[in-house]
Amino acid sequence: MNFVASHLLTTILLFPIFSAVILLFLPKNETKLLRWTALVASLIPFGLSIWLWVSFQSGTPGFQFQEQYTWYAAIGSSFHLGVDGLSLTMVLLTTLLTPLAILASFSITDRVKPYMMLFLFLETGMLGVFLALDLLIFFLFWEIGLVPMYFLINQWGGENRNYASLKFLLYTMAGSLGLLLSIQLLGVLFQSYDLPLLYERWSSVQGSLLGLPVATVKTVAFWAFAIAFAIKVPIWPFHTWLPDAHTEAPTAGSMLLAGVLLKLGAYGFLRLVIPLYPVEAHRYAGILAFLAVMSIIFGAFASYGQDDFKRLVAYSSINHMGFVMLGVAVAARAAGTLDAHIAVDGAVLQMFNHGISAAAMFFLVGVIYERAHTRDLNAFGGLFPIVPVYGGILIFVSMASLGLPTLNGFVSEFLVVRGSWPIFPFLTALGMLGLLFTGAYILKGIKKILHGPMNEDWVGHLTDISTREILVVTPLMILFLVIGLWPAWILDVINKAVMVLF
Amino acid sequence: MAFPILSVIVFTPIIAGMIILMMPGERKTEIRMVALAAAAFDLILSVWLYFAYDITAAGYQFQEMHSWLPSFGIGYHLGVDGISTPLILLTGVVMFTGVIVSQSISDRPREFFAFLFILATGVFGVFASLDLFLLFFFYEIAVFPMYLLISIWGWVKTREYAAMKLTLYLFIGSVIALIGALAMYWASGAHSFDLLVLEKAHFSTAFQNTWFMPVFMGFAILGAIFPFHNWSPDGHVAAPTAVSMFHAGVLMKLGAFAALRVGIMLMPQGAIYWKWVILGLAAVNIVYGAFIAMVQTDLKYVIGFSSVSHMGLVMIGFATLTRSGLIGSTVQMFSHGIMTALFFASVGMIYNQTHTREISRLGGFVKIMPFTAIAFIIGALVSMGMPGFSGFVAEFPIFMGLWQTAPIIAILSVISIIVTAAYMLLVIRRVFFGEMPEEFAGRMNDVSVMDKVALGLISILMVGIGLFPSLMVPMVSSGVDHILALLG
Repeated sequence: MNFVASHLLTTILLFPIFSAVILLFLPKNETKLLRWTALVASLIPFGLSIWLWVSFQSGTPGFQFQEQYTWYAAIGSSFHLGVDGLSLTMVLLTTLLTPLAILASFSITDRVKPYMMLFLFLETGMLGVFLALDLLIFFLFWEIGLVPMYFLINQWGGENRNYASLKFLLYTMAGSLGLLLSIQLLGVLFQSYDLPLLYERWSSVQGSLLGLPVATVKTVAFWAFAIAFAIKVPIWPFHTWLPDAHTEAPTAGSMLLAGVLLKLGAYGFLRLVIPLYPVEAHRYAGILAFLAVMSIIFGAFASYGQDDFKRLVAYSSINHMGFVMLGVAVAARAAGTLDAHIAVDGAVLQMFNHGISAAAMFFLVGVIYERAHTRDLNAFGGLFPIVPVYGGILIFVSMASLGLPTLNGFVSEFLVVRGSWPIFPFLTALGMLGLLFTGAYILKGIKKILHGPMNEDWVGHLTDISTREILVVTPLMILFLVIGLWPAWILDVINKAVMVLF
Repeated sequence: MAFPILSVIVFTPIIAGMIILMMPGERKTEIRMVALAAAAFDLILSVWLYFAYDITAAGYQFQEMHSWLPSFGIGYHLGVDGISTPLILLTGVVMFTGVIVSQSISDRPREFFAFLFILATGVFGVFASLDLFLLFFFYEIAVFPMYLLISIWGWVKTREYAAMKLTLYLFIGSVIALIGALAMYWASGAHSFDLLVLEKAHFSTAFQNTWFMPVFMGFAILGAIFPFHNWSPDGHVAAPTAVSMFHAGVLMKLGAFAALRVGIMLMPQGAIYWKWVILGLAAVNIVYGAFIAMVQTDLKYVIGFSSVSHMGLVMIGFATLTRSGLIGSTVQMFSHGIMTALFFASVGMIYNQTHTREISRLGGFVKIMPFTAIAFIIGALVSMGMPGFSGFVAEFPIFMGLWQTAPIIAILSVISIIVTAAYMLLVIRRVFFGEMPEEFAGRMNDVSVMDKVALGLISILMVGIGLFPSLMVPMVSSGVDHILALLG
């Protein structure tokens, strides 16, 4: 136990991958054993991250639980981990959603072993990005997380999975090329990839680099970073991979894709882009804010226009992540002000909230798809009497997604808008228009499925949500309420970190 | 007198080859066992050598020196440094796995293994030589059996053409390099072929500027540098599996290694003078090779052109003449060596059963041979430079070196990563996933346990170095320090 306590982050990070290796040696036909092993294996990092949360000193500024080991000494990279309030929230989100996604996958019968292993690999990949305090380690996990997701979509996905998975992977990798080059440049300049060190030195570089003025190089590198992360978030107009990937991914894959993977991009902005490029971020914050508002508006419009339930939810992610980006843009423009703190508090909380509500929404889409084998909204209608429990849950989750006061989404969106109002008044007002349509598409989804004239075809063919499925969604619903009514427990941790960072 | 481990490593294969030749040709099982035992013995010795090498002391170790032709200043001088030790390990691994996957050869296995082992002796010899004449001696020993191996056991359709093309290219290259070597011999005035003596010869700048290119390019042809690369994919495709593994896995490194050892290390001023040319040519290798690989329809050609692209990275790392570039290149030689050996082994396992390598006619093999599929996927991740695998450990410092010398080339070359990712993923999907064609359904078998051992060994190495770069990098780094000292 002492070892775990002193190596808490490494244990959380590597436990899933060790479990995956154990899974490798289990017989492949024992599906029950495989499922339960995977579930238990993913619950342990969750337990450890609760321990982490409890023992985290939110009052102490800076990174905690730091661990540092030699990794690639020849180029100055070390295996450096650490958490602050920002990454801690994301770690909790990741370790919470992974067991739920695995529980949601109990209905998978095709090649259970590799499927579960890929999920555990994915968890390590995602956690690594949040925990890394070394730029090269960050990049390592950033890229490696793509591989399990690629295979999950490519092997267990829908009809158009080949196209969607390749698009997902190549889009993200191509977006990361600029990031890779910029990271190399930083490494060459400082012979180190340690983030705390880079924060200090990179911003104070003067003179000229590679025969160009430093400002020019920094501007290019800023955009290289920004584009890599913008694709992952994704913000308009870099979002086109997302609806395809979501539509084709298996349910649990979508839960993690929307729940955690999109946060990697926003986290990249907060952890790397703004601290490393404060001047450039300030200068181009307007562009970021504009793109964020476009994401909010177009995401909502596009979502409203969908007839496929899953695509509707997928576009809603673009809409919701737009608010995160708006908060990021405020922090970039007005770092150090109260408005920026409020906006970033909202953005980080929105990352957490969207994580849990999008995971719940995608799960509910999966529940109905598994029974009906269609996601066409026009094929449903009036299902409330047939599946009353499912209907109730769907309405509750949708309300959280819509941002109804007393539920979680309201708190974070309100904070973002409150923070951005004095900084970008016009764009914020424009974003409100998007918020209106958020209500419209959510209600459209509910109406098309649950209300209206009953589609007689489904009578006797649809069963209500099962106990296992309720078990998946219940923890999330409880969190919606808890955060909606008493956000202080999480906002406190976030705010303390934000006060230090921005 | 210390145990002459290098001589033992170098001559074990050829002695085993002679023993095999003396065995009756019909005793095929015994022949295979002897071959396997010899390969395993050499692998164990090369692993021992790898761990016995003293990194803190660095420099040339395990030296053996005997006079051979003293009147010409030629000596039998062996020794390894931080650059060649990993390459000897590489040769040990490729030889062992190559012998394993050749267990299915039924056409004259006796002669096949004998020639393969002569080739192996040549390769080990080049890596261990510290005498320029000896290096050439082993170099020719390595090239010559290639002709026979391809033209006798190769792919019927192209073997004669490919064998001839390959041999001519390589002989022309080595003759050009030999002329350069003789020029060095006379210019040094030391009356010695010893590399350690020549290193200190301090050739005049004019001499180096004139002779660097012939020597470097003569050897770099074997490393498939653009525009002299096109013997290489043809040779890969025509060669039988184990020979392709040797060819791409080790022989191409032989060219790159000799270009480094003889070209850059003996004529550092020449290297500085010509580096822009090499940077340019190698950049073409990287990008052009990747694009050509993308449009291939024959599985073996895809791998063949991917080797052209990856060897470009080795050359470009050399040409940066920086610490990180040279470290990256050496790791890349090792990483690419085992990766491409794994690719050719997997392709061979598929081809043995399907008798076709047309990508469009393959599919769904993951169900039959899951182990091969996973190993191939790991290889593909190495190939696309995915972090956490050995390819990244190699490519990242190469690009760092490029940033220090030619940022614009770094930016252009990075495109190859995405192209490589695209064609590798497409190949994996088409060959291993999807529906299996009717014609193969029901008559395919999983690969043997020994084949899995071979694939598993290579996969573990690729992941191991990727996760723990310190297994290899400190050693390479000690070798690179010496080169940097020569560069001044």
